Amino acid sequence: METRTINDIEMEVVYQKPETLTETQMHYCPGCGHGTIHKILMEVIDDMGIQDRTVGVAPVGCSVFAYNYMNIDMQEAAHGRAGAAATGVKRVLPDKYVFSYQGDGDLAAIGTGETIHTVNRGENILMLFINNAIYGMTGGQMAPTSILGQITSTTPFGRDAAAIGYPLKITELVAHLPGAYFVTRQSVHTAAAVRKLKKAIEMSFRYQDRKKGTCFIEIVSNCPSGWKMTPLQANEWLVKNMFPLYPIGDIKVPKEI
Amino acid sequence: MENGTPKLMKGNEALAESAIRAGMQAYFGYPITPQSEVIEYLTAEVPKRHGVVLQAESEVAAINMVFGAAGAGARVMTTSSSPGISLMQEGISYIAAAELPCLLVNVQRGGPGLGTIQPAQGDYFQAVKGGGHGDYHMIVLAPASVQEMSDFVFDGFKLAEQYRTPVMILTDGALGQMMEKVILKPEGSLPYPEKPWATTGKPKSRERNFITTLHMESESMEEVNNRLQEKYKEIQKEVRYQLIGDKDADVLLVAFGLTARICSKAAEMAREKGINAAVLRPITLYPYPYTAVAEHAKNAAGVLTVEMNAGQMVEDVRLAVNGATPVHFKGRTGGMIPSPEEILVEIEAIANHTIHA
Repeated sequence: METRTINDIEMEVVYQKPETLTETQMHYCPGCGHGTIHKILMEVIDDMGIQDRTVGVAPVGCSVFAYNYMNIDMQEAAHGRAGAAATGVKRVLPDKYVFSYQGDGDLAAIGTGETIHTVNRGENILMLFINNAIYGMTGGQMAPTSILGQITSTTPFGRDAAAIGYPLKITELVAHLPGAYFVTRQSVHTAAAVRKLKKAIEMSFRYQDRKKGTCFIEIVSNCPSGWKMTPLQANEWLVKNMFPLYPIGDIKVPKEI
Repeated sequence: MENGTPKLMKGNEALAESAIRAGMQAYFGYPITPQSEVIEYLTAEVPKRHGVVLQAESEVAAINMVFGAAGAGARVMTTSSSPGISLMQEGISYIAAAELPCLLVNVQRGGPGLGTIQPAQGDYFQAVKGGGHGDYHMIVLAPASVQEMSDFVFDGFKLAEQYRTPVMILTDGALGQMMEKVILKPEGSLPYPEKPWATTGKPKSRERNFITTLHMESESMEEVNNRLQEKYKEIQKEVRYQLIGDKDADVLLVAFGLTARICSKAAEMAREKGINAAVLRPITLYPYPYTAVAEHAKNAAGVLTVEMNAGQMVEDVRLAVNGATPVHFKGRTGGMIPSPEEILVEIEAIANHTIHA
């Protein structure tokens, strides 16, 4: 009797991982937004055919190993300094596409100065800011973007504004700077949101050709492990608790089309 | 500016002009006295000639811009003075770990703290023993004239690229501010080496380049350390020093930078008084000329180390001499510069056996 295996059936490829994602298995926790964001970013680089003209800068935080997954030239910067390192890269390679990929602690706490001044100089780079309101890598401590009342390992009774201040809306802050060219806030909690993010990333790379200023994309993301929730619960918590403070949508769009 | 003809220039300006001539492709810095002439000179000249110049928002940002640009393959420099160099230490550790070539300049001022804007040599430990975290070194060059403030820029870039390491020119506010005759090397005399490791965008023809200092497995972190230590062994052959005077002097002075110049005047005055004194001037502070110091100290009656600090390099002198000869120390701090006369007093005391180490 003839037996047929799945390998004998000719199948049409309807979906595959982007070529510029390496084969390395990601270390991210189940349900974490980083994997999706990495994939979308690499898809854009594939679609635009700019692998040979792109240099990325990874942060210190959960995405510290981004360079293991992205098959492009990358640098791993000191904590908070990705904006400065990306400035250094872009200034000596002005015709390359340069992006920094940073978490909330990296970009909005220890690297606040670098972030503000990178955007204020209008560096022609894309800053990708992944905001999950917690320090994931070090085990769930309070982030500058943790919301009021949020329980973390360093705010065990909930974030109290009187004791430790308010969540920092750094995206709104940088949007005020003349050096900011395109500022938007996106998310990856639904397929529709992922598609919108992809468009924003693609536009940000295209805008780099114009040399008009910094593109800044905040991605409101989750941290199931740090929040101590299932991935589904985490996405629900994100919609309920983060979106009111960090509303999705464009904050500053280029005037010329 | 004409080539080959002597010019009268400030140390800081000679250094800045030499960086352009040495093919510097990017400069990132932050103003701080007594080295602000460097960034002022470069922000005026670089746009007219070639390269990138950028005033950063802080020394922390500046050193990380150096990291990024050096990683992207550019010939990069930053300059600062003591408190600013302290701020850069984390970045320097990363640069050493990532093996990125670059030139750092510390125009030292007196400390600790905000200190003074007057010259000092208080950052010797920080520069040669690794001011940042972890086991690393950088090549440290100590100029003693405006001419060397110029020449060492070329040497510094060359050594940095040859060994893929940060190189520091450790100078001081006096050398930075004073004007002297200097002959500048012509532009284009320092070729650019290939940097196949640089992050310039991955073509299909090669694997991706990534620059990282993170090694989570202890075995691989130790491997990185072993490689660095091998490199530092190799770097030992770059030892440079200058002997001013007799090689069998009775009193051997050991001093670097500005202090070495003052010591040579003091040694000259001593010789006029019939005391055979000589000066050994380490030019590379890392690698340190331990062998030369030991050799020249061996038959001397005493060694005198003079520094504009409370006694830092003297520890390396003692390591070199290893008890064979008494080692004495004369230091001034806080921006005070020792005079030849006060050094002469020490030389005479050693020669007359009136002081003991």
